[in-house]
Amino acid sequence: MILDSLAVDAGAFATRTGWAIKPEGACRGEVCVPLPSEVRNADGSLDVGVLAQRLGMPLLHDNANSLWALGPSTVTGKALTTAEAPSVTLPDLDGDPFDLATLRGQKVLLVAWASW
Amino acid sequence: MEIVTVALDTGGAEAARPWIEKAQPEHPALIDQAHVLDELLGFVNVPNAVWLDEDQTLVRPAHAAHIKRSPLRDMDVPEGLGRLGDQLHEVKKIRTNPEAYVDAIRDWAEHGNESRFALTPDQVIARSRPRPPEHAEAAAAFELAQHLWRNGDRDAAIEWFKQAHHLHPENWTYKRQAWTFATTKPGEPSDLIQGENDVYDGNWLDDVKAAGAENYYDVFDPDRD
Repeated sequence: MILDSLAVDAGAFATRTGWAIKPEGACRGEVCVPLPSEVRNADGSLDVGVLAQRLGMPLLHDNANSLWALGPSTVTGKALTTAEAPSVTLPDLDGDPFDLATLRGQKVLLVAWASW
Repeated sequence: MEIVTVALDTGGAEAARPWIEKAQPEHPALIDQAHVLDELLGFVNVPNAVWLDEDQTLVRPAHAAHIKRSPLRDMDVPEGLGRLGDQLHEVKKIRTNPEAYVDAIRDWAEHGNESRFALTPDQVIARSRPRPPEHAEAAAAFELAQHLWRNGDRDAAIEWFKQAHHLHPENWTYKRQAWTFATTKPGEPSDLIQGENDVYDGNWLDDVKAAGAENYYDVFDPDRD
């Protein structure tokens, strides 16, 4: 997740990482990681440093561009924390967004390819 | 069953457009310009795939997804091609198992979660790729690299691409995406040879030789998987 400050909106954090902020902590699927109260900034945003430390997310900084990148969680040591499909909306060739969740009720073979 | 294809392409729709327009797919053909699915699902090469059941639960984690044997595997490599010839010899060593994979898909399509190829949620998580701290850091470095590349700071992007390659050398997606930027000529389609260049220490041929072409894909094995 690319950030231009170390404060992040909970909704944006959940959309990009899949980790939802709930009363019991940061949750993804059946896994919840308790968070200390100091994760909340005074304006209601989340402290990225606290999230990174608690969720085992690497936080890299590009000094010249004043950007950070928050990497994926390592709390389970696996690429998947849950078998629930992530919430994914991606554009097609015309730029029209397609929400994977609209295919609920069908089996889906999701295939990644590339031009390279 | 619905097929959804996703192009993992920092070059965005314009990079993927020639292939999609030629294929004229009837299924959703999407573009993942930021490689978000690499991180969310654990894709490390292409083609890779996951299977989702009717409840949008993964029943197979990311794995190599070949549905057809490449004709390059059976070609006679002419003498005198130099590095290209060496590369084609390595391609011939790459292992895939399209027949078994397609059979498994058909079995799942017919039997659903009763198929022996449909895994339980715990199995899916357990069989997903390992994510040690260095792989997570590589994902962050790769995301920074792509962001900077798309926004024009290409020198900075290259340094982050290099860091991603160093931290997760088995991730061919990180390497191939960066190499193709270094070797594709302006205005031409993505270079698939990805040969020696003056930007990165690695290139397709030398890195595949070092890793062993037989390890290039995590091949689907119906008896193991």
